[in-house]
Amino acid sequence: MSAADTPKRSMRTPLGRVRNLGAAHSGTSDFWRQRLTGVAMTLLMLPAIVVVMMTLGSNQAGAKVILGSLPIAVIMLLFIIASAWHMKIGMQVVIEDYVHNEKLKLISIMLNNFFSIAVALASTYAIIKLSSGV
Amino acid sequence: MALSIVHRATGIALYVGTLLLAWWLIAAASNSAGAYANVQAFTGSIIGRLIVFGYTWALMHHMLSGIRHFVWDLGFGFKANEREALTWGALIGGIVLTILIWIIAYAIGGVR
Repeated sequence: MSAADTPKRSMRTPLGRVRNLGAAHSGTSDFWRQRLTGVAMTLLMLPAIVVVMMTLGSNQAGAKVILGSLPIAVIMLLFIIASAWHMKIGMQVVIEDYVHNEKLKLISIMLNNFFSIAVALASTYAIIKLSSGV
Repeated sequence: MALSIVHRATGIALYVGTLLLAWWLIAAASNSAGAYANVQAFTGSIIGRLIVFGYTWALMHHMLSGIRHFVWDLGFGFKANEREALTWGALIGGIVLTILIWIIAYAIGGVR
């Protein structure tokens, strides 16, 4: 039997072959990021609530001072980025579960990405503008 | 108990609710005089308060219900009584935390 007849053998282990693959060809990355951002938001929840409460009694000038301070800006930025990422993945799961028309599904997933990125960027821009004091 | 659908529903509500968060931050950063006052007028109205109250509950329930999913992801809490306890914990805990947050908000005099 010549070498050409033997089936191709790979040095890769079965785990190595399936890792990072799966139906979406991206493996468990969304699953992992959904948990990562969920844990992040759980940790950031108390600080974020405190920030919102701090601004409750203020007018815009007061809110600007509070939201523009460095530790608060960082808390809000982390919370916003984690939220946007988390909700983008979560909504995609919902779309994939309920929207069965292939075209409609693709359009929905695109709009979901647009919405999540727009919310994240608009909020991030606002925080950075508040921090730079312009 | 089938609260998975509530986890999903609160997730969708929070998704839409981020618009309120974005609006608030953009208004705070805005240079136009009335922008922030508009947000405050809305969140101070009866409808606005109901929406923010609902948002608070959705957030608290989704967080606790999510922690319940973390427990399952880690391989714990699958016995019937444990599942019940986690689910009731998320349901009752969500309501308790929401009321607690609003009591504190009113107590510090922030809600006008």
